[in-house]
Amino acid sequence: MADSQEIEFCKGGGCTAKLGAGVLERVLSRLPKAAVDENLLVGYDSSDDAAVYRITDDAAFVQTLDFFPPMVQDPYTFGQIAAANALSDIYAMGGVVKTALNIVCFPEAMELDILGRIMQGGADKVVEAGGVLAGGHSIADSDVKYGLSVTGIVDPKRILRNNSGQQGDVLLLTKPLGVGIICCADRVGMASEEAMKAAVESMTTLNKYAAEIVARYNVGDASPIHACTDITGFGLLGHLHELLDGRLSAVIRQADIPVLPDALAYADEFLLTAAAQRNRNFVGQGVCFENAPFAMEELLFDPQTSGGLLLSVAPEVAEELLADMHYAGIDASIIGSLTAKGDDGYEVYVR
Amino acid sequence: MIVVDAIGDACPIPVVKARKAIKEMAGAGKVCVLVDNDIAAQNLKKMAAQLGYGASSRQEGSGRYEVLLTIGNAPSADPEMDEAAFSCDCEAPHDAVKKGKLVVITSDCMGEGDPALGRQLLKGFIFAIAQLDELPEAMLFYNAGARMTCAGSAALEDLLLMAGRGVEILTCGTCLNHYGLTEKLSVGGVTNMYVIAEKMLGAGSVIKP
Repeated sequence: MADSQEIEFCKGGGCTAKLGAGVLERVLSRLPKAAVDENLLVGYDSSDDAAVYRITDDAAFVQTLDFFPPMVQDPYTFGQIAAANALSDIYAMGGVVKTALNIVCFPEAMELDILGRIMQGGADKVVEAGGVLAGGHSIADSDVKYGLSVTGIVDPKRILRNNSGQQGDVLLLTKPLGVGIICCADRVGMASEEAMKAAVESMTTLNKYAAEIVARYNVGDASPIHACTDITGFGLLGHLHELLDGRLSAVIRQADIPVLPDALAYADEFLLTAAAQRNRNFVGQGVCFENAPFAMEELLFDPQTSGGLLLSVAPEVAEELLADMHYAGIDASIIGSLTAKGDDGYEVYVR
Repeated sequence: MIVVDAIGDACPIPVVKARKAIKEMAGAGKVCVLVDNDIAAQNLKKMAAQLGYGASSRQEGSGRYEVLLTIGNAPSADPEMDEAAFSCDCEAPHDAVKKGKLVVITSDCMGEGDPALGRQLLKGFIFAIAQLDELPEAMLFYNAGARMTCAGSAALEDLLLMAGRGVEILTCGTCLNHYGLTEKLSVGGVTNMYVIAEKMLGAGSVIKP
């Protein structure tokens, strides 16, 4: 049982709690389409990270909402992670954070102090993001869930879409993979302290710092930053599938995939989430694994909570962008590139 | 056949329970795992395919799936077997014990600091070793480590499991005597300093948590 210091684990916390992409697509495709509003620049048609609505020629709202059950036991850490994850969608669109609203589900019987610490963690991340916490909504529920609805702004000319990569682009990832596997191992008491510490550090790190560097390159009429998304519940391969947009293929170099400590070892122990298997079912058909060990396959399907940004950038700027990120202390890596779509039925080659 | 009930368990618990049952079986045989969703069944079959077990699954009404895992050479009796999962079937599990690896437990705590935490960590460490595919050849317990092999030890179940799989478990007799535990030794044998010295010097690697 949870004591006053810890929150009880839910069945699968963080972004592993996301509904499968396959299920979601079926439901969304049946919703009635509203009358076309030309100011809605990004809606759910494009399955992007956030909605963008133009208010003037050089300003648009970026709106997003994200909440989930706990994936760590410490309430303050959970609040930080949930907030970092929700804020990330604004950065993935190229925006800056302005306001945030709390979303809270909390059992009436649980210590209120726990809720206070969750919300403190969230509030601290909103402040770090440079935003203002402006309110929220809470309901009594059987399990704890927490997150934020965040509004940011973006110059409509600087929106970073998730499906606008170009042939020849270089793929850059700003955080290592493996938080889903490590949290899964932790649920059954098999994660090392070192692995869990690294996972928590990664999940609580805002994508703000990477986004600020990206913004310096996202200028001019022909910006070299072609596409951006953040890696969350659909895993690297699920989000890459969206980025390829049915137009392109990608080559991923497995040796260049950054991995959190012990994540591959836990995958070899089959400490795997349901969400990773759903991701495999959804996009696995299109992935050609060439000599990739089982654990690497699992890592690439692993659902990330508060994962890094995946950027598709012109090759001319890739090395400089990477160097700038490393200089800022961001553990970014160049993991592959985009190629013309082949005709062999695969869209991703893992080499 | 062993039946593992993992109804209501979220991933990875069905897989963890199934692997525990397979380890306890210590040889060829069948394990039937009950789960309540298809994804959990798929994760079990994925594990089976990697480890060379046979695997077949079928839905038994809504919210109930049976996954039959066949370990070792016993042929699968299930007519609805999944072809894909049988790609590397029929390989007997290799010997679990890794020669030359020696684990020494010198205290009832792991690491320095809070003793309550240290006891918890050591229990977790021994549990984790028991879950590994490659077990150490022997485990030596001396000084306060002798408490771990005696009645009342939180790690007893895992140590008995490992002893059953061929790990030599030895506890220092002088230490048992010192702590008044001689009558309470519950797993493995008693040893002396000559054997301890010989084993430690002869080991390829000595692991001390």
